[in-house]
Amino acid sequence: MAHSPTNQPAHVKHYFVSSEQQFDAAKMGMWLFLITEILLFSGMFVAYTVYRSWHPETWTALSTALDWKLGGLNTLVLLASSFTVAMGINQIQRGNQKGLLINLVLTFVFAGVFLVVKYFEYTAKFEHGLFPGAAFNPHGVSHGFDYASYNVPYGPQFFSIYFVMTGIHGFHVLVGMGLFAWITVKALKGRFSAEYYTPVENCGLYWHLVDIIWIFLFPLLYLI
Amino acid sequence: MSHSANGSIHYLNHAKGLKSWLFTLDHKRIGVMYLVAVSLAFLAGGILAILVRLELLAPGETIMTADQYNQSFTLHAVLMVFAFIIPAVPAVMGNFALPIQLGAKDVAFPRLNLASFYIYLIGGVIVLSALINNRIDGGWTFYAPYSTSIGNGVLYVTAGVFVMGFSSILTGLNFIVTVHKMRAPGLTWNRLPLFIWSIYATSIVQVLATPVIGITMLLLFMEKFLHIGIFDPALGGDPVLFQHFFWFYSHPAVYIMILPAFGVVSDLMGTFSRHQVSGYKFVALSSVAIAFLGFLVWGHHMFVSGQSAVSSIVFSLITYLIGIPTGVKVINWVQTMYRGSVQLKSPMLYAIMFLFTFSIGGFTGVMLGVLAIDVHLHDTYFVVAHFHYVMMGGNVIAALGGLHYWWPKMFGKMYNEFLAKIAALLVFIGFNLTFFPQFIMGAQGMPRRYYDYLPEYTFYHELSTYGSWVLGAGLFLIAGYLIASFFTGKKAGLNPWGALTLEWTHTTTPPDHHNFHDTPIVTRGAYDFHLAKHLFEKGGEVTELDLGGDGASTHHAPVSNEPVA
Repeated sequence: MAHSPTNQPAHVKHYFVSSEQQFDAAKMGMWLFLITEILLFSGMFVAYTVYRSWHPETWTALSTALDWKLGGLNTLVLLASSFTVAMGINQIQRGNQKGLLINLVLTFVFAGVFLVVKYFEYTAKFEHGLFPGAAFNPHGVSHGFDYASYNVPYGPQFFSIYFVMTGIHGFHVLVGMGLFAWITVKALKGRFSAEYYTPVENCGLYWHLVDIIWIFLFPLLYLI
Repeated sequence: MSHSANGSIHYLNHAKGLKSWLFTLDHKRIGVMYLVAVSLAFLAGGILAILVRLELLAPGETIMTADQYNQSFTLHAVLMVFAFIIPAVPAVMGNFALPIQLGAKDVAFPRLNLASFYIYLIGGVIVLSALINNRIDGGWTFYAPYSTSIGNGVLYVTAGVFVMGFSSILTGLNFIVTVHKMRAPGLTWNRLPLFIWSIYATSIVQVLATPVIGITMLLLFMEKFLHIGIFDPALGGDPVLFQHFFWFYSHPAVYIMILPAFGVVSDLMGTFSRHQVSGYKFVALSSVAIAFLGFLVWGHHMFVSGQSAVSSIVFSLITYLIGIPTGVKVINWVQTMYRGSVQLKSPMLYAIMFLFTFSIGGFTGVMLGVLAIDVHLHDTYFVVAHFHYVMMGGNVIAALGGLHYWWPKMFGKMYNEFLAKIAALLVFIGFNLTFFPQFIMGAQGMPRRYYDYLPEYTFYHELSTYGSWVLGAGLFLIAGYLIASFFTGKKAGLNPWGALTLEWTHTTTPPDHHNFHDTPIVTRGAYDFHLAKHLFEKGGEVTELDLGGDGASTHHAPVSNEPVA
């Protein structure tokens, strides 16, 4: 039953007995990590549910303060990036390193577009004093609309939850960009093949989670 | 791979220098580094506890002001809970023993393992930095709005707890994957040592509960920093929501603390009774049942918070349910001893001690789950005594048992068994003397967290403080002879306790850098002493590795580092 490390491909660490064991372990670890991410966000979804059920009128009124067109655009951008990352995994499974590289770069660019759109959304809010919590002070007139009308009871809670949820989600997008930059460099060096693409698979899983969380955030915050 | 016929090269000395430790990916060395770190946290938290007890020796101001007292007990709690008890057994003994018990060469993610150690250290440093120019009081629960209205110390402590949470998550994640994917051939789930089962159950709780304290601490941090108004009632927030969030983690966290202790005690009971642990499957699955039920009882901390009566009743009923899997364990341990042949070595003394102290903690826990009694006893010393009987009488006593059990394998040295027995006695007497009077004064109405008290309670407080000295003396004695064992200790044999798990039967003492030269093949359960009679043929101590049956692997096997008697 001796497993000699010399019989294994170079990417297999000495404490694993086979490439499959290493791949399965890494993938299971990633799924467990995604579960922790869901629980992290679930705390914020609970806070959302509690405050929304207590002050539904505030939430219905203030959701109009968010620009559903920009939110919708970002939804499409993230869906496209989920598609490209899935295509990247598909390409490397067929051994196409170039196809992987193109899809990784596209995913990275889409993630960047998402954050740029988010930046414009945030600054538009800050301009009119739509801050979280105690700093909440809506003011100013834009396109004939008086922002002071957003000054309703429990308005600060709405914007606290909006900024906390989208902020932590945006941080995850930023981390995702870092991850894609890292595996793009590895892909450029030709580290991945049809036999070994574990980091691509795991970054893809992470990215789908970031996407799915946004799929929930968008309607809950912008549309209802 | 380093091997030598006399076994003089092992994980502790195969590479030398500080760097070989700081950058090690070896689970055993990481376990040893955790041992040093959590021992320092325990020392710091323990000194604070002694000071808190000293202040309470007499009514009125004794050695510190009320303000200093509040900060002392808060820091005592934060250090003990987050920096000591939660990582103690999983990160020290789990890291050291779990991969070897599984027949693996390392955990599934060694780099993540080292990262979680440094994350733990960084978190600890952030917590301690709260001490500099800042103050933090109000207890380890950080209830809003008090916690958001005091000084900036709370920013550091919440940030530190948030960071340490990642360490806990990564350790748990690593162990779950290791148990699922890295078991040696023949090591089925039904043959796993019960220590593995309980670490596995603990890891599930760590992975599922810790992210919630993460987001809670993050929201509290932002409440304090940006005044987001989620928890602070002055800004329209809800402080009871904070309590729900906090206990959704912190009640399961109680099981992060006690489940590993159950595992250690199960291993000790089987090994030192020389008998299959009775009801093996029930003991194994009761850990999983406790992990599951532990998520559904957080509301029993909030009976007086204003939550609805229906919630309180439901939480109370589910709390009783936890008594069932816990009782299953205790009864099976007693049964194991009854049917086995008990060897009263020092680790076993702690296991037996655990049966008494933990059972008292467990029973009083069920009492506190009763709504009517809890409303009366809430925030009294009865609660303080209850959780110290569980945390210290459960976790710490079992951790001491585990430390005495694995010490010879970790460092290759035997400690002074006579002193160990004296220390065990001191710990037992000191512990009960410290905390039993607290049940009585709590039932009589002594509120917790006060630095002053009515003269009627003086007698019980005196007993409790004297007890803390006896307890402290016992713990310092343990530290003394364990450290002395490095210099004067007898060389430990391969298997001084006659245990049947792989770390004792299939690797050298101390273990080889890669644990095993060849992957072991497991042919029996962890406590199947009736299948291992050949190991005990020479009577008493087992001095040979158990590599019989598989001729192919014997000539590769690490050779005994102890002359065969």
